[in-house]
Order: sequence, then C-alpha cells, then structure tokens
Amino acid sequence: MSAATQDTAVRTGRITRTFIYVVLIFFALFYLLPFFIMMINSLKPLSEITAGNMMALPKEPTLAPWGAAWSTAQIGVEATGLKPYFLNSILMVVPAVAISTVLGALNGYILTKWRFRGDTVLFGLMLFSCFIPFQIVLIPMARILGMLGLAGSVQGLILVHVVYGIGFATLYFRNYYAAFPTELVKSAMIDGAGFFRIFWRIMLPVSGPIAVVCIIWQFTNIWNDFLFGVSFGGLNAQPVTVALNNLVQSSTGVKEYNVHFAAAILAALPTLLVYIVAGRYFVRGLMAGSVKG
Amino acid sequence: MSFLNIDNVTKSYGNVEVLHRVDIDVQEGEFLVLVGPSGCGKSTLLNMIAGLENITGGTISINNRVVNDVHPSKRNIAMVFQSYALYPNMTVGQNMTFGMEMHGIPKPERERKLADVAKLLQITPLLDRKPGQLSGGQRQRVAMGRALVRDPDVFLFDEPLSNLDAKLRVDMRTEIKKLHQKLGTTIVYVTHDQIEALTLSTRIAVMNKGYVQQLGTPKEIYDDPANMFVASFMGSPSMNLLPARLVEDNGQLAAELTDAGGTGLRLRLSQDGQGLRSHLGKDVILGVRPEAITDAEGADKRAQNLQILRNEVSVTEPAGSDTFVTMSLSGKDCVARMRADAEARPHEVFEFTVNMDKAVLFDPQTEERIDR
Repeated sequence: MSAATQDTAVRTGRITRTFIYVVLIFFALFYLLPFFIMMINSLKPLSEITAGNMMALPKEPTLAPWGAAWSTAQIGVEATGLKPYFLNSILMVVPAVAISTVLGALNGYILTKWRFRGDTVLFGLMLFSCFIPFQIVLIPMARILGMLGLAGSVQGLILVHVVYGIGFATLYFRNYYAAFPTELVKSAMIDGAGFFRIFWRIMLPVSGPIAVVCIIWQFTNIWNDFLFGVSFGGLNAQPVTVALNNLVQSSTGVKEYNVHFAAAILAALPTLLVYIVAGRYFVRGLMAGSVKG
Repeated sequence: MSFLNIDNVTKSYGNVEVLHRVDIDVQEGEFLVLVGPSGCGKSTLLNMIAGLENITGGTISINNRVVNDVHPSKRNIAMVFQSYALYPNMTVGQNMTFGMEMHGIPKPERERKLADVAKLLQITPLLDRKPGQLSGGQRQRVAMGRALVRDPDVFLFDEPLSNLDAKLRVDMRTEIKKLHQKLGTTIVYVTHDQIEALTLSTRIAVMNKGYVQQLGTPKEIYDDPANMFVASFMGSPSMNLLPARLVEDNGQLAAELTDAGGTGLRLRLSQDGQGLRSHLGKDVILGVRPEAITDAEGADKRAQNLQILRNEVSVTEPAGSDTFVTMSLSGKDCVARMRADAEARPHEVFEFTVNMDKAVLFDPQTEERIDR
C-alpha cells in the first residue's frame, strides 16, 4: 500500500472513466435542453416560432419578449406583465423565509438545550406538518384566514407559509443543535447569559451552514408554491407562479410563446440565483448534519 | 459553619434515587476531590453545586448562603468542563471576559483582570486566537483562565484533564496544584482517576452507587479505607484483598492464609482490640497494599511488624522503576511491588517480607472495615 492517496474515489481505468464522462455529459445536456429551448425561443420574434423552427437559433435576436413579459403582457384583466406579481412573491417570500427560519432555530434550540417533559413527542408532532399534503389544509386554512381578516392578502400568504415552514425548519435546526455540545450552554448559564442571550451570542453564530440549508429549502418551496398562492392570493396578492399560469393559460388573443418562455425563465430566476449563490453551503450543511448528527 | 456545606442532599430522577443523603463540609481554601467509577453520582453532585441540576432534598450552601434556588450565575461559582466548553465563535479574550460582560462589569476592569489572569497562566499571546486554533493543553488553560477571571467563591472542575494525553495530563495536574497553592481558592474537583484524586486533593470523597463511601484526607483514604470498595478503587495496582481466617497465635492475633501449594501460613497482625477479637475464628478479608509486600532489602525500616512469607512466585513484571511480583495466596492473585533489582523469579520460591503495620481487615459479609 505504498501508493496511498487522499483520494477516496474508487480507482477506475481510462476506458471506464471516459464512459462515465460521456454518460454524465449526455445527461447534463439532456437536462439542459429544455432550458436551452426556452432561452433561444424567448429571444426570437413570434413569427420565427410560429414558422415552425422551435429548435433553430434566433435569426433576429430580440429582447422584446422579455420586456413584454416583465411589464406589458396581459395577465388577468390588466396588461401589467409579471412585475407586480413578482413583487408580491418577494414581499411574501422574504418575510416568510425569515420568520420560519428564526422560529425553526428557536424551536431547535429549545428542543435540544432546554429539554422538558414530552419534548420528543412534541417534536414528532411538529414533524407531521412536513408530511401533511397541502390539499388537506386548504379549507380550514381559508376559514382561519377569513377569521383573521387576512384572506387575499400578502400577509395571509406569509402566515400560511410560515406555518407550513416551521416543521422543516425545526427539523433542520433540531438535528443540527443536537450535535452542539450542551456544556457550552451550561457554561454560558454559569457565565450569566439568559435564554435569548445564549441563543443570540452562542448558538446563532455557529448556525451558518444549517441556516443556509433552511433558507434555500424554504425559499425554493415558497417561491415555487402555486396551490396556496392561487387559493389564498385573491386578486391583489397573487404570486408570480399564479401569474405565470394565468399568462400561459390565457384563452384570448394570440399565444405569444416567446413571451411565455421569457416569463417562465423570469419566474424561475430567483431560485436559480439562490442556488448559485448559496448552493455550496447547501451540500456542506447537509453533510455537516449527517456526519455529526 | 463551613464554606461550602452539602447537607443531607439527595437527588432523584422520578422514582429513582441516584444520590443518597450526601453530607460534605468543605472549608475555605480546601481542595475536595469527588472520585468514583462512572455513574457513581459525582458529576451529578457537582452539577447540583453549580445549579445545573435541581436539588431533590437537603440543602447546599456556599459562603453561608443557601443556594438551592439560586441561579447558577448568581452562586458566585466558576466551572471548568471536561470538554472545556469554549465558545467557538469568540476569541480567547472574549471567551474569558464573557462572564464579566454578562455581569455588567465595566470594560476597563474586564481588560485589567483579563491581562492579570492571562499573565498568570502564560496565555497572553493566545488572546486573539479562536479556540479552534489552540492545542488541547492551551484550551485547558483558557478554560481555567475563564474560571479564574470571575474570582469566584468556589471553583468546580468536571474531569478537566481526561481529554488530554497522558504526559500533558501529568503536567497540567502539577499546574493545577501549583495554582491552588498560590491562590488558596476553594476547589471541588470531579475525576474518575484515583491518582489525580490522591495527588491533588486536601480531602477526598470516594463515591459509589450514589453513596459517599468515605470522606477523608488522601492518607486516610489510602491507609485506612473504610470498606472494600474504597480499598480496591484507590491505589494502582489496587490493594490485595485476601480471604483469611482470624486466629490467635501465642496470645496475638494473626491472619491464617494458604500459600500456592495449599499449605496454611500465619501472618501476625499489628493491631489488637475488642472489635477484632469479636471476629476471632471467623472468615475475614485481609487487605495488604502491593508496596507493603517486598523483598527483605526493600522493607520499610521503620515498620514495627515485618512478617516473613515464603511462597512460589507465579509472574514477575518489570516496570522500570518497580518490579511487580505476583503470587497465589488463599487462591487469589496477590501482587507485590518491589524495587527494580529484587531477585524474584517465576516458579521459584521466594521469601517475601510483609509490612503488617499497613494491613487492614474487612468483614466479608458487610465489606466494611473491622475496627479495632
């Protein structure tokens, strides 16, 4: 065993390696193909698409469809483009992600460091919320939002997503904090730090990796949600997913495929960005939890 | 009244009582070591002094103040944890001043105390580093520094050396002892290592199964163990506990044993008294420390009662400074600790010298020491 290397991968021959790469590249291209089609068609004038050349590169590239999708496309009654709905989504996602992450962190902190009788049962019950299908809660949720006077508002959607997000956020943070040495909390108690001070000064500063995991997860889920948006968004608080649907499903007028493609990419852009910016922490965070936990 | 007073303290989890009526008084400046095997309740007791565990019954008072319902941060104690429990996101300096910051001590005073303690522990160059960049020994020092800056009434140490390698552990042990001699602080120290207990303490509480088995100075614990548990737990190699019969030999008490060949032999006792005589003719356990069994040259010159014992050697283990010689007595292995040059050889008969001044007797039923 003289040729000991740090490489943990299985050693393979050249032919096998080439084969693996060919397969990987093939699949990568296969999965990128739809995006490629969307991209090239969003840059074509409509006439080029209706002429039947879906696969061809644009002959006269134009950004007009993007502009239309963003600000002038007919969605619902008015020709506003995706812009107001995009704003709705952001106004909904940012607070919902922030609140559910903070609550999840607090829950995880309490469930691991301030244990009480029945805490595991409570945690088990909270996990249920990860598995309850959205459809089941639609009607009770509509009733509650109505009672609170939050129906058809962004605040209402925030509430719905926070409630749904707490389960997963708690799961993440609880498992992360379970591996966090309790002696640190005891030490901080002797040092005179209280409940929130320990959380703020001791726990949160080391929670970076799991916070990123939680934020990516919540952001993606809430941004992509359609059912709650269409059910509780009313007319004024519809998120971008619902608007995209309304745009594409519109039964009047000419179907502007180039605008549809541009709108679809626009609607998917924020989640893509979040992955690109924070993606490497995502994998790292998941690994950290699994190795230590 | 003593400085730290543990009065009739019990601890239960549900219906299970894990600590039974513990009574310990600690004087100011004392170094008390709680020692015992895993699960004996020593860490639980320490956590109760710290306020990290509730007290089920009895009272604990520090400096004439009952602290049963006082929050850990208000008991004026400092604790050094087994894992050191340094805050990973703070520098060494921040770690050490965190407690003072929480107690609202103004910054100039914090800085002054930090500088003093850092100098005392020789960690001044480390103050800006994070705990992750420190070696085990350095972390240990920082953890102690964090306790020292608080200037508490009582220091609590929870197995602080068990995460260090053997050599560093010995160094740090000496250092803790020096620190105690220099500062004269009151320390309660938990360990499962009996050597640490004997070397560091001014008094030891040996614990087992939630009971304090014996409370005394290291010498009392070592020379006069209260029962067979203390006798076998303290000391390495542990005390030889040999089944024997208490007989009278020319008016003096003696323990009757059998040698490797099964022949009876008698070792005359140094002690005599009513308590011992009530066991006359009965089975007893004779406890002899390995270092009380030597060759003739290695025997203690000041001993009053040296007894000669001829027996076959079964194993010899040279260990550098000592040679451990094992023989069979009353069907049990009996270890003798001899000087390195002792001429015992396996399977040969050797003339052992037993210092019976150091021998103790136990009742085999109760496992308690038989008093004179």
